[in-house]
Amino acid sequence: MGPGSDMYRQQILDHYKNPRNYGELEDADVEHVGENPMCGDTIKLFIELADDGETIDRVSFIGDGCAISQASASMLSGELRDMSPSAVREMDRNDVVDLLGVELSPMRVKCAVLAEKVAQDAIAIHLAGKADEETRDVRKRCPARGDIL
Amino acid sequence: MSQQAEPLDVEAIRADFPILQREFDGTRLVYLDNAATTQTPEPVVEAIADYYRTTNANVHRGLHQLSQEASVAYEEAHDRVAEFIGASGGRQEVVFTKNTTEAVNLVAYAWGLNELGPGDEVVLTEMEHHAALVTWQQIAKRTGADCHYVPITDEGRLDMDAAREMITDDTAMVSAVHVSNTLGTVNPVGELADIAHDHDALVFVDAAQSVPHRPVDVEQLDADFLAFSGHKMAGPTGIGVLYGKRHLLEGMEPYLYGGDMILKVTFEDATWNELPWKFEAGTPVISQGIALAEACDYLDDLGMANVERHEAALAEYAHDRLTSFDDVEVYGPPGDDRGGLVAFNLDGVHAHDLSSILNDSAVAIRAGDHCTQPLHDVLGTAASARASFYVYNTREEVDRLVAAIDDARQLFA
Repeated sequence: MGPGSDMYRQQILDHYKNPRNYGELEDADVEHVGENPMCGDTIKLFIELADDGETIDRVSFIGDGCAISQASASMLSGELRDMSPSAVREMDRNDVVDLLGVELSPMRVKCAVLAEKVAQDAIAIHLAGKADEETRDVRKRCPARGDIL
Repeated sequence: MSQQAEPLDVEAIRADFPILQREFDGTRLVYLDNAATTQTPEPVVEAIADYYRTTNANVHRGLHQLSQEASVAYEEAHDRVAEFIGASGGRQEVVFTKNTTEAVNLVAYAWGLNELGPGDEVVLTEMEHHAALVTWQQIAKRTGADCHYVPITDEGRLDMDAAREMITDDTAMVSAVHVSNTLGTVNPVGELADIAHDHDALVFVDAAQSVPHRPVDVEQLDADFLAFSGHKMAGPTGIGVLYGKRHLLEGMEPYLYGGDMILKVTFEDATWNELPWKFEAGTPVISQGIALAEACDYLDDLGMANVERHEAALAEYAHDRLTSFDDVEVYGPPGDDRGGLVAFNLDGVHAHDLSSILNDSAVAIRAGDHCTQPLHDVLGTAASARASFYVYNTREEVDRLVAAIDDARQLFA
C-alpha cells in the first residue's frame, strides 16, 4: 500500500472504530450540531459545565461521517474536558490537526476541524445565552422607568 | 459512424492520452473518474494549441484574414456537433454554452421564466443531477409553478407507471436525465418525450452522461432540448452544448445580452441576431468549440456504438466483481443494463475514506454525493464511491480497483 495511508494510522482508526465519549448527555448545558454540507459529515456535541461555569465537566458526541471527522471528534471530546470555555474559543485549527498527528491532504482538513468548529460554536452560543440572561437579570433588578409606572 | 461491432484498440487509444502514463510513487495511475471529467486526447490538445498558434482572433468582428478563419472554424464547429447528435437543423440548433449547467439555466431562464406560471408543473426524476434539479426548483419558485419528481424503483429504474400518471395536461416541461450519473440507469427518454408530447409538454434531456458514451440521436429521441458538456467527452472544459428544436429557440427571448447576440442597437432598443448567435452573447468559447468538434471526430473515428459496448462490458465486469462481496453495496440496475459507471459503498468505510485509500494505490474515483443529494436521500446514504469508465479503461484497471478496495477493507477491519 502506498505511503498516503499515513492518514489512517492506527490511532485514528481506533478512535473511528471505538469512539470515546460517544452518546448523548441528558443534562447537557449546551448541545450543538454542525455539518459539512458538501460531504455530509455531521457532529452533535453535548457539553456539561461545572457549577461555576468555568470548566467543562463532561463532553459527549454523536455523529456520522468519514473516519477523519469522527476520530477527530472522539479525540477532541477527551481534550475538551477540564478546559475553560474561553480556552475552547481560543483553539485554532492547527490544534486539532496536531491532535490527529497525521499529515492531512488539503481536502481533508475540513473533515478534521469540524468537531472543533462545533465545539467553538457551542461555546459561543452558550456564552451569548448567558449574556442574554445577565441582561435580563439586570433588567429585573433595575426596571426601566416606564416599567415602574 | 461505424455500426459494425468492433472492439476498441485500447492500447492505441491509451497512446493518445499521455496523462494515463503518470505514476504516483511509482504506481501507474488508474483513472476511473470519467463521469466527472474525461481525459483529453492528443488531437484535441493539438487542436487547442494549433488554434492559438495559427488562427487566434475574435470571431464575427473583424474583416481581416485571421478573424475570418477563426469565425469559419468556430461556426463549422457548431455544424460538426450538430452532426454528432443528429440535429438536422445544423448550427441553428446548437448553442455553445459554458457547460451542461448553463444550458439548463439558459432554457429555464429564457423559456421557463416566460412560460411557467401558477398551476404549471415541471416533472423531473428523483435521479436528476443538481444542474437540472436546482435550476427548475428555483425557477418554479419564482414563477409559482410546481416541481414533481418521478420516483425510482427498488432496482434504481425510473417508475414509468408513475411517470405516466404524473405527466398530465398541467405539465409544461419534463426534464429528465438520460443516463444517471449515480445509478448508471439508462432512462427511456424517448418514451418520456412521447408521453410529454401527448400532453403538449416539452422535454429537456440532460445528456451529460449519455452523449459522451453512446450514440445519441436527438431527433430519434424527439427531444425538444438536450444538453451535454465538452469536458466529459474528450473535449476541453469551458464548453457545453444546448441543442434545441429550431422553432423553440426562435421563439425564446435571449438569456444573456451583449455583443454579437444583436442585429441592430439604438439607445432605445435592440433586435436579435439569428440562431444560434442570439444565445451566445459576448466573445464566445472559440478554441473550446473548435476543440469540441475535434473531440467529435475522435469519438466518431472510434465509433460511438463501439464506445458504448466497451464501457458496458467494463461496467458489467466491475458490477460482477463488486457484487460478489457481501460487504459491498452496489447501487442501480443489473450489470448488463447500465451506463459505464458503478456507484457503491463498502461496509464500515465512508466513501471519502475509501477514495483516500484508493488514492494511495493511484486509483482515482469519485466519492461524495455526485451532485445528487436528493437521490442519495432516497438511497439512504450521504455519500457513495463511484468508478466510471471511458474508452481507455481496461479490465486490469477494474482489478486494480477491486484490489485497492480490499486494502481499505483490511485497514478498517
